[in-house]
Amino acid sequence: MGGFLKSSVARKFAMALSGLFLVLFLAQHFTINLTSVISPDVFNEISHFMGTNFLVQALLQPILIFGVCFHFIMGFVLEIRNRRSRSINYVRFNGSANSSWMSRNMIYSGLVILAFLGLHFYDFWFPEIVHKYIQSHPEDATRYYGELVAKFESPVRTGLYVLSFIFLMLHLIHGFSSSFQSVGFNNKYSKGLRGFTVAFAIVIPLGFIFIALFHYINNVQ
Amino acid sequence: MRINKSLNLQIENMKLTLKIWRQENAKAKGKMVDYIIDGIDGDMSFLEMLDVLNEDLVNKGEQPVEFDHDCREGICGACSLQINGEPHGPDKLITTCQLHMRTFKDGDTIVIEPFRATAFPVIKDLIVDRTSFDRIQQAYGYVSVNTSGNTIDANSIPIKKENADDSFNAATCIGCGACVAACKNASAMLFTSAKVSQFALLPQGEVEADRRVLAMVEQMDKEGFGNCTNTGACEIECPKGISLENIARMNREYLKASVK
Ligand code: SF4
Ligand code: FES
Repeated sequence: MGGFLKSSVARKFAMALSGLFLVLFLAQHFTINLTSVISPDVFNEISHFMGTNFLVQALLQPILIFGVCFHFIMGFVLEIRNRRSRSINYVRFNGSANSSWMSRNMIYSGLVILAFLGLHFYDFWFPEIVHKYIQSHPEDATRYYGELVAKFESPVRTGLYVLSFIFLMLHLIHGFSSSFQSVGFNNKYSKGLRGFTVAFAIVIPLGFIFIALFHYINNVQ
Repeated sequence: MRINKSLNLQIENMKLTLKIWRQENAKAKGKMVDYIIDGIDGDMSFLEMLDVLNEDLVNKGEQPVEFDHDCREGICGACSLQINGEPHGPDKLITTCQLHMRTFKDGDTIVIEPFRATAFPVIKDLIVDRTSFDRIQQAYGYVSVNTSGNTIDANSIPIKKENADDSFNAATCIGCGACVAACKNASAMLFTSAKVSQFALLPQGEVEADRRVLAMVEQMDKEGFGNCTNTGACEIECPKGISLENIARMNREYLKASVK
């Protein structure tokens, strides 16, 4: 793979595929989270399944972690290489005349998302590992909803989540449709597809924001 | 005094401030130098305006500003200036030589820089070395046909109209380098993909399509151009309107050739 990834086109392809994979994951994560607003029982049930199913834990979770790491590392590699491709910068560069802010600042929206993932792991993933494997608590299929809701008591955390989802939106508005171009898909369906990707990029993060605010407001009341 | 009626702006006898990149040679450290220029007419081309400036400089015994140009009608791709942060200036679908001074107004400050990319090193002032493009072409930007006495009439092979059109459009690339200059990553994908597409779309070029795309992309990477992140700036700034579809096609061709 190292050899294949030496080419700029292949790197672009790999970046797109890992991005598309993460978009799929995001859709799945969103669907599960949404159940927390509708029914705590359903949320608990699905969370318990995800947390204890062997296939999810032993196969899908490592693939996901690999996908996330790959996308970030490749993003940094590309950024460094691209900066080197213009060793002397322009005195005046009017990027907004020909491209969107989102497309020019993927590295910054990506960095915010990376920082958010750190917080998110600290909030949910690490406590989960400690709970299951270090403290070895007995299985409790009803604990997930309470744990989730407790996290959104803090206005600071809720605010940070909301802010991160806005950057996720900016990242997706460019990234989702761009990945189709990268894998070579540009034809008469592209315009429609772009509409779908932009709608997805806006609706899903807004949905996440709604869920975070929903639990925060419920806590306050 | 003549006035641009729609904008109500003075477009005759304009006085402008030019901020121009001056660099003695490839090794020297360059810097921006300010020049005030007077009496510019809106009907002048941008390069004619620079001619006026150079005449002034020569008369004063100073070194003229060096810039690339040849046809001065948008055909050769020689002219290559970054004007107010955009390659070929603010207008679309034109080269620098086709840019008119009526695009600007009296009192404007215009920043003029060379196309910036590590693969386009400055030779002097505003002239950059674009032989990296030539080397990409030489890597496989051609079809191998024996033309010694047995050439076949091109029209004897039927070609789908859409393919012929797309190939022709790709072939209108004049190799100016504005795509690289506009791209925040200094990527040469639009240029390379236009050259790849123009052949890949035709039966004559299809035979060598795999080898061609691999060789041209390899050379493009070797030259130190950046990685495309699909900002689309190249397509907007390209004086010939070369479409991003060509880049998607090149990606497809490349992947197809890689897995074979
Ligand atoms: S693709 Fe357009 S901008 Fe790039 S070199 Fe060709 S004509 Fe110039
Ligand atoms: S001088 Fe030939 S295209 Fe401008």
